[in-house]
Amino acid sequence: MVDLSVDIGGLIIKTPVMTASGTCGYGEELVDFMNIPDLGALVVKGTTLEPRQGNDYPRMTETASGLLNSIGLQNKGVHYFHDELYPRIEHLNDHIIVNVSGSRIEDYVSVCEILSDLTKCTAVEVNISCPNIKEGGIAFGTSCSEAAKVTKEVRKVWKKHMMVKLSPNVTHIAEIAKAVEDEGADSVSLVNTFLAMAIDAQSRKPILSTITGGLSGPAIKPIALNMVWQVYQAVKIPVIGMGGIMNAKDAIEFILAGATAIQVGTATFIDPASCIKVIRGIEEYCNEQGVKNVRELIGGLII
Amino acid sequence: MQKRVEELTIIDKQVIRNDYICWEIQSDKVFDKIVPGQFINIHVKDSPGTFARRPFSIHTIDYHHNSIQFMMKVVGDGTKALSKLEIGDKMDVVYPLGNGFSISDEEESLLVGGGYGVAPLYHVAQELIAKGKKPCFLFGARTQNNFILLDRFKNIAELFITTEDGSAGHKGLVTDHPIWKERIASIKKIYSCGPESMMEAVAHIAEKNNILCEASLDQVMCCGVGVCLSCIKNTIRGNEATCLHGPVFNTNDIVW
Repeated sequence: MVDLSVDIGGLIIKTPVMTASGTCGYGEELVDFMNIPDLGALVVKGTTLEPRQGNDYPRMTETASGLLNSIGLQNKGVHYFHDELYPRIEHLNDHIIVNVSGSRIEDYVSVCEILSDLTKCTAVEVNISCPNIKEGGIAFGTSCSEAAKVTKEVRKVWKKHMMVKLSPNVTHIAEIAKAVEDEGADSVSLVNTFLAMAIDAQSRKPILSTITGGLSGPAIKPIALNMVWQVYQAVKIPVIGMGGIMNAKDAIEFILAGATAIQVGTATFIDPASCIKVIRGIEEYCNEQGVKNVRELIGGLII
Repeated sequence: MQKRVEELTIIDKQVIRNDYICWEIQSDKVFDKIVPGQFINIHVKDSPGTFARRPFSIHTIDYHHNSIQFMMKVVGDGTKALSKLEIGDKMDVVYPLGNGFSISDEEESLLVGGGYGVAPLYHVAQELIAKGKKPCFLFGARTQNNFILLDRFKNIAELFITTEDGSAGHKGLVTDHPIWKERIASIKKIYSCGPESMMEAVAHIAEKNNILCEASLDQVMCCGVGVCLSCIKNTIRGNEATCLHGPVFNTNDIVW
């Protein structure tokens, strides 16, 4: 029996596999396909202080080996999450991680304050990397000082685990990671999507309503893997890796590069049971390799 | 019925006029109830440029053989790759998805279809007939050659057609057909599926005449299960994922 549990920074989760925010709804959409309690954590849709309708249609297009999206954080706001959604999903996992986003630092703080009393909400993932909103989001994640500022303010009010989700659209992602570590982040998750665009040559128009969007899927995996490796070497806090993980083999690669846990995102759009298949695959890999404890693999890259 | 991901076996493939294919795929598990208007989402293999699944409306269900029929128009790389599959091959399918039409108790209903949007209306009609009701089809297309499998529909219910070029049936759009004037008083429910402009025009007639109307929307989808939020439509409740809250909507709820 392989021990799959990992400590992501004062928070022990039973498997190193989580959903990625914005790819699993609130978990309830996927209950027909997998047993959600088996996941290490359920990371739910990006949540803002006020409700957001998101961007106009079309919001998504496929590219070679990936997807380009510009959803724009459609959600019904933190109060709706707190009062309506949370009671419906609290039985789904012991760790419901809410991805928190905002246009102003005060918004991040307010959202976290409202979430504080939810028992199963054992962590927040502070999203300073959404490429698809006009104000805030990525702006906080592309400068060390802004990233530090958001982290510092949220830290003042949020006493449980604070994960900070980093943008890959920067020159030195490890510098941003260090900046948020210094302000008290318990872990960093990376990477969010890469700024990208798609054009229809026939009509000569952009395909997305917002012109640009965020690229995810297998297309970004090698770049994400490098970024996880860079950040792993730069910080002491656990790294949560993501970016194009489609199967257990991909997940193992991220863990070897230094990720303590991983998130499965775009793969869920292709196979709604992806997360559970990744967990089973990691277990098989460990059995084959004679690994008793998945923690042995973290940063286990042989150079 | 609970949603599932499964490899279904192709047991029939009929190519119609080169670019339409009517498929029948079979499960080795028993089907629970599948609602007319629900859809399937198929993974495309062997097509490097295709990443997302491709959704198709269910045309009809054979509960004795646990099989699903659906129609496909070959339009792009994804459908081209799927069109190469043959009887005996497998398709990786997530199904049954979406809400489907609410098959209600109105005595007379009109099933309005355009293009190959007619496909799911066959299943709707079967359910209505099983309930002892009298559905009636009204289909429109640009030209006669855009209709497929009309005989199949004609065999189970009354069928009226319109073509924009007058090559078959009444010349004009579905909304120009005289049946609207002749039967408007007796029609109590409209089920529609086709191009959005057609469904919107039909919805306006329904609204004006106080007829209950449902439309199956065809937004570009990806996950099919309500988690990617790409296939949204603006409704009176805000943006909703058509794959989860639809594809069928009461037309009074849609913000066209």
